[in-house]
Amino acid sequence: MMGAFDAPLRPQTEAEVAEMVRSATGPLSLRGGGTRGVAYGVGQGLETAGLSGITLYEPGALTLVAGAGTPLAEVQAVLAAQRQRLAFEPPDLRAVLGRQGVSTLGGVVATNASGPRRVQAGAARDHLIGVRFVDGMGTVVKSGGRVMKNVTGLDLVKLMAGSHGTLGVITQVAFKLQAVPECAVSLQTDVPLGAGLALLRRALGSPFEVSGAAYGPFGVALRVEGMEASVRYRVAALKALLGGDWVESAGDALWLGVRGGHGLGEGALWRVSCKPTAAEGVVAALAGVTHQAVFDWGGGLIWIAVQGLADAGAGLIRGAVAGVGHATLLRGTGAAAFEPEAAGVAALSRALREKFDPKGILNAGIMG
Amino acid sequence: MDMPLPDQRILSGRDGLIARLRGVLPADSVIADPAETRAYECDALSAYRCAPLAVVLPRSTAEVSAVLRLCSQMGVKVVPRGAGTSLAGGSFPTADCVVLGVARMNGVIETDYDNRFIRVQTGRTNLAVTGAVEADGWFYAPDPSSQLACAIAGNIAMNSGGAHCLKYGVTTNNLLGVTIVLMTGEVVEIGGPWADAPGLDLLGVICGSEGQLGVVTEAYLRILPKPEGARPVLMGFSSNEVAGECVADIIRAGLLPVAIEFMDRPCIRACEDFAKAGYPDCEALLIVEVEGSPAEIDAQLALIKDIAMRHSPVAYRESGSEEESRKIWQGRKSAFGAMGNIADYMCLDGTIPVSELPYVLRRIAEMSAAVGLSVANVFHAGDGNMHPLILYNANKPGDLELCEALGADILKLCVEVGGCLTGEHGVGVEKRDLMTVQFNPADLEAQLRVKDVFDPAWLLNPAKVFPLDVTASRRAS
Repeated sequence: MMGAFDAPLRPQTEAEVAEMVRSATGPLSLRGGGTRGVAYGVGQGLETAGLSGITLYEPGALTLVAGAGTPLAEVQAVLAAQRQRLAFEPPDLRAVLGRQGVSTLGGVVATNASGPRRVQAGAARDHLIGVRFVDGMGTVVKSGGRVMKNVTGLDLVKLMAGSHGTLGVITQVAFKLQAVPECAVSLQTDVPLGAGLALLRRALGSPFEVSGAAYGPFGVALRVEGMEASVRYRVAALKALLGGDWVESAGDALWLGVRGGHGLGEGALWRVSCKPTAAEGVVAALAGVTHQAVFDWGGGLIWIAVQGLADAGAGLIRGAVAGVGHATLLRGTGAAAFEPEAAGVAALSRALREKFDPKGILNAGIMG
Repeated sequence: MDMPLPDQRILSGRDGLIARLRGVLPADSVIADPAETRAYECDALSAYRCAPLAVVLPRSTAEVSAVLRLCSQMGVKVVPRGAGTSLAGGSFPTADCVVLGVARMNGVIETDYDNRFIRVQTGRTNLAVTGAVEADGWFYAPDPSSQLACAIAGNIAMNSGGAHCLKYGVTTNNLLGVTIVLMTGEVVEIGGPWADAPGLDLLGVICGSEGQLGVVTEAYLRILPKPEGARPVLMGFSSNEVAGECVADIIRAGLLPVAIEFMDRPCIRACEDFAKAGYPDCEALLIVEVEGSPAEIDAQLALIKDIAMRHSPVAYRESGSEEESRKIWQGRKSAFGAMGNIADYMCLDGTIPVSELPYVLRRIAEMSAAVGLSVANVFHAGDGNMHPLILYNANKPGDLELCEALGADILKLCVEVGGCLTGEHGVGVEKRDLMTVQFNPADLEAQLRVKDVFDPAWLLNPAKVFPLDVTASRRAS
């Protein structure tokens, strides 16, 4: 069977994207580098990798504007040279999803991909300050811009973040940036799940500005970043507050693992977003089922790998998060990838898609 | 400023409408006496006034739903109102509308420190949200200057910011979920006390939608543990350019102050005369505030001092006590009052790239001189959100028009250098007709399509945000 991306369209300019969408006679399956999409549509593949390049980088204004196809790694290298970064630390999901390819900024935005620092700094959508896209009729639209505070008109920037290519083909994105702090220290301790999650919540409820709060095979992990003297102070304060024995380490290796789903093994892979206090209950619902779980965002995000269930565990997991969150199936079959939405929300979302993509050709049907 | 002609059919059906409103709300929730509806004729953009047909003050989401369903059935326009503090005319009524005020819905529904949120009714004031959690060591971060009076409903509608959003973000970054009532009366729950949307980020487009999409009656807000302490430093410079360079260097150095506030000479003088805060006599003044433990504050201020000294400040004053901190902020916080004391003023809100600060300030000075109206600048320099205050005399014929024309030119300048018309106040009626400066027809059409989805009959908050000619066909149909 011919795959959507065996002979993809590869526009090199926004105008080409517009022309390709305008003249499309059937559905288009959109992707950046194909490294993190939850699902891709059917039909003719269209890759935005050609829309590559940084068009503006102003370190003094903490602002970057780049084509949607610009490789994330390229941007990260350019920022690192100025000791700056994307604060929301987008995860690299290639290992856990078994994907190849080059992650692009557009893909990061389309999936609102956000890592452990979200608990302190916010998600991709919180750092996205401007976007240009081509809607389903082939019209170029811009929203936001390149300034940090902007409430001019409806915020389509947020709407595009996490829209998985169903409202338009993202062609350009603008981010606000963050300076890389002088120092980062991680703290780890080994305690059982319930106690571990409670420690995470206590740490996040302290004034010590924790920028990572995870639990997994590595135990409880907390991260503190900032000026060296400040980090030393806050690390000591956290230890005093939480008690117990903690191992300190520098560097980012642990957090690279956390944000990539920590290499969770076999089976269906779920990403659960929930009220932090509900996290333990969600996993408890899988008692008797072979599974592994890693908790991030103080329990607000759970990566779960489930084995041996025909519905990939959807019944148990979605049952347990009903009313306290939602679950997305990232890898595996047997259930809808996106959580079915309540009727009112679903109707609004459907109507928005019809307005932005009246022909229903952009990653059609992937979000429900 | 043009407003559409009132709908005669609605005006003549006034008595019937009021009777039906009284059918769905308690008697004291419907205000129809013209002497009383006058209290709602304007918000903080007081140059424009128009009493509504009626005012309703519901006490619950169910009552809001009943009002909207009724108005929807009768084809009556509704202007939602928080506390009426909009500087952009965001809740400016029309003669044929019902003003829906949420002021009576001000309760706390749930406080949850374990999950770090508070759920409130949106008529609650911004400061009262922090007030509900402060004793336990928590706060709600967005802090618009009007926080004593402004309601969360308006904060959400305008995506309000504040002096401390450099570190904590604006409303949209601190909003987890809403209960929104659509114009049809349908109640929709969006988001909740978890981080991500399961599908499209509807919350993101609702926040900052200026009452165009629905009436938000309840909200989940992110709350944060209070920092151990905060301390400001005040520095004076011999020119706006030098102060601007100092701001850029502080940001570049990777410091993250919670606030960097900027005042120029006209503003310094007015504040000093008004508040006697002891500000130095200089061209430009910065207030930089940092947070943390006493030792952390010392360390950050040492770095900031190093940077400032490279720019040869004419004054440098670190707060050494609560009292000194209060004095440093006193002048800045009374800036608008100080201006109001010497003249009528119009407050602009454009944002520019921080790097363009010196150029834009120079151009504003030139434009101000050319027109003959004084402009004082006070703003959030860290994120480039400017607040030029144009002084005029409301009693002098033609002065308001002159002021508005200068304001429009300054906002066009903001857009020209890569910025935008409004950073935190919103478009409202004030900047409605300037939207085409920033957006082309396709950009605007995309926004109108979102409005079409949420409010297909175009009854909510009429004649705001979008230029009238752009929306004419939709409003007519």
